[in-house]
Amino acid sequence: MMRHEAGSPGVAEDRVQPGIARRRFLKLLGTKLFSFGALGLVLSAGRPRATATGTAGHAASVAQPATLGQRLRRWAMVIDLRYCDGCQSIKQPPQCTQACVEGHFAPEPMQWIEVYEGDLSGGGTQFIPTPCQQCQNPPCVNVCPVAATFSTPEGTVLIDQQRCIGCRICMEACPYDRRFFNWGAPPQPSQALPLQYLPEHQSPDYKGTVMKCDFCPDLARAGRLPYCAQACPNHAIYYGDLEEDLATNGVDVVKLSRFVTEHTGYRLKEDLGTEPRVFYIPGSGQLVGRDPYHRGRLATIWPWKKRAQGSETWTR
Amino acid sequence: MDTVNQDELRDMRFGVPTAWRERLEARVLHPLRVTNWRYFAWIGLLLLVIGWALYAYSRQLQRGLIVTNMRDRISWGLYITSFVFFIGISHAGTLLSAILRATKARWQLSITRMAEFITVVALLVGALFPFIDMGRPDRILNLIFYGRWQSPLLWDIFAIATYLAGSTLYLYLPLVPDFALCRDRLGPTAPRWRRLFFATAALGWRGSPAQRRALDRAMTVMMIVIIPVAVSVHTVVSWIFAMTLRVPFNSTVFGAYFVAGAIFSGIAAIIILMAVLRKLLHLEEYITQTQFVSLGYLLGAFTLIMSYFILSEYVVPGYKMEAGVPFQFQQLLLGPFAGLFWFYIIGGLLIPGLIVLFPRTRTIRGIVTAAVLVLVAMWIERYFIVVSGFRVPLMPYEPANYAPSWVEWSILGGAFALFALIISVFAKLFPMVSVWEVVEHRGPEPLAVAPVVDRAPRRGPGGLVEGGVQ
Repeated sequence: MMRHEAGSPGVAEDRVQPGIARRRFLKLLGTKLFSFGALGLVLSAGRPRATATGTAGHAASVAQPATLGQRLRRWAMVIDLRYCDGCQSIKQPPQCTQACVEGHFAPEPMQWIEVYEGDLSGGGTQFIPTPCQQCQNPPCVNVCPVAATFSTPEGTVLIDQQRCIGCRICMEACPYDRRFFNWGAPPQPSQALPLQYLPEHQSPDYKGTVMKCDFCPDLARAGRLPYCAQACPNHAIYYGDLEEDLATNGVDVVKLSRFVTEHTGYRLKEDLGTEPRVFYIPGSGQLVGRDPYHRGRLATIWPWKKRAQGSETWTR
Repeated sequence: MDTVNQDELRDMRFGVPTAWRERLEARVLHPLRVTNWRYFAWIGLLLLVIGWALYAYSRQLQRGLIVTNMRDRISWGLYITSFVFFIGISHAGTLLSAILRATKARWQLSITRMAEFITVVALLVGALFPFIDMGRPDRILNLIFYGRWQSPLLWDIFAIATYLAGSTLYLYLPLVPDFALCRDRLGPTAPRWRRLFFATAALGWRGSPAQRRALDRAMTVMMIVIIPVAVSVHTVVSWIFAMTLRVPFNSTVFGAYFVAGAIFSGIAAIIILMAVLRKLLHLEEYITQTQFVSLGYLLGAFTLIMSYFILSEYVVPGYKMEAGVPFQFQQLLLGPFAGLFWFYIIGGLLIPGLIVLFPRTRTIRGIVTAAVLVLVAMWIERYFIVVSGFRVPLMPYEPANYAPSWVEWSILGGAFALFALIISVFAKLFPMVSVWEVVEHRGPEPLAVAPVVDRAPRRGPGGLVEGGVQ
């Protein structure tokens, strides 16, 4: 089901900002559309500009972007599938998902980083930990009617749950199945309730809004790895900055672009042109001794004993 | 000036016997005069259904969309299906009546009013669904505060708002002379608020040449403007799907496909409403086999157009069988959607096409049957397009399943009841046939079937016309 396109020069391309062409096209299209209805003009004149790339106007605004000298950080992730055995060897649920759930108080059944088990061309399977791909041409941001989901200057895609209207067109648009909806009162632990809400750390949760992996830029600015990368027992998840061209899994530091290229890294559904910031090194856990014909992983656990009052869970 | 004299002058000008014209007026205005208990029982029933739907919606407001059976992987369901369906029906009216007016077809003049009503009412009902589908209806104003024109949802809002405004105006313009008729004919007997309503709505219409010119010009402009607006509406409705990276929606003909489907279901809706109102309001003399057969031909033509679109939609990707397409084909043709899909092909396209094709079945009864089949099949088509499209897995996971919950069904039932309610109320407020247009353009058919005696209106004492309806 997954398509591998080995040897793509993904990192170098990332600087070109291919979203521009589409944006210009949409802009042109927009002027045509407005000629239909005067209503559009009236509405657009009287509203604050919330562009796809700007964070202006968000009530719970995002922290100042991290910089490297004069240059902005551009967060990215490399997941080395040669080291991912779906936590079969330690007989635990995938620890990346587990740590993400516990760190973010992600409501059940949301797995913002989900470990899919994909079929390999020669039989057998591989595990693919899949966070939000942090696209640079994000289909979800393009379709959002109220700019509740937006791209930050650091290149992450965030959601402002205090603005989201719950229309779910972004979930329709996301080709990676990486968006989650609070169908009922979110089943979050009661200790999440007093937290101050920020789009970068989406707690407490709001009923009727969309959530997803936020790429933990708040942790990165504090010099820490995202929860998933911290928790991986095999150190398969590297997190870093394309601008500085460095990434680390907590043990090794690698030159990001060279690391991806030398190991013929790829990005998921490269052919869609979404330009993700998550790179994969092909593999099926072979470097930690996994047999690719050994299927299955354990289910994620939502460990909190006390849930917020009135909350309910659902199945994905 | 004496209005009666002027009416008779007009009769002479258009070669219409005064008695015929008076009978038409009496027949059309009758439901505005007399209301029986059955009408109130019907309204009560509709209100009951709507009340139940409101209860269901209150549950949804309280607990969230968890009361529906939509979930992350099939995150749009019955509500968006119904949105597409109702907006589709709305194409009936305005588009059809505008095209037929523009091509100077005459047979449709007695049904344009109904068609235009369907448009306005279906838009009002259909436009509710995206808001019912919202997770945070309390933040509805964010669409105005933060609205992004880059989003297909905003295109829908602009297009539908424009279309609603345009088609309301297009409904209203030809109503003006009829409001004047109501004012003149119903004036003395009607309650005060009605007299005021008709007098206001008639805008002082006296039928003077200057007024005639103004009306003609306005209607011509509207009839031309409304056609591209109608096409744009269903195009952008399809684009909330086609603008995404999902295989089943990845189609350049989606806009045209949806527009054709919209007109197709709209024609079916007109035929059904026409048959119902013809029976209830006893309009048999004015809505004859001519109207049914003509609309039947249009319906038949659209079965072919829709078949052509189905062919394009499925043969092109089916030949290439890119990733995701085999799954989509399997679930549509053989899998969980096969029943719906084949009902659509056979019951919605093949059988209605055959009914219209054969003169033996091309009767009023046959055409109404075909229309009912088409309307049901088009709802089903919207359903399987939306739900099957979402069901194709994007990543290696087990495909999700979806069956609407009682809340979703209740709200859909409420929407149909609301549709019927608004039509029923309008039928008591406005004449359902454009009297002046029928008089001026059609006249009595010389060899028309003589009116059935016991149904003919009688001239009662005091010059009031009593309808023959019991």
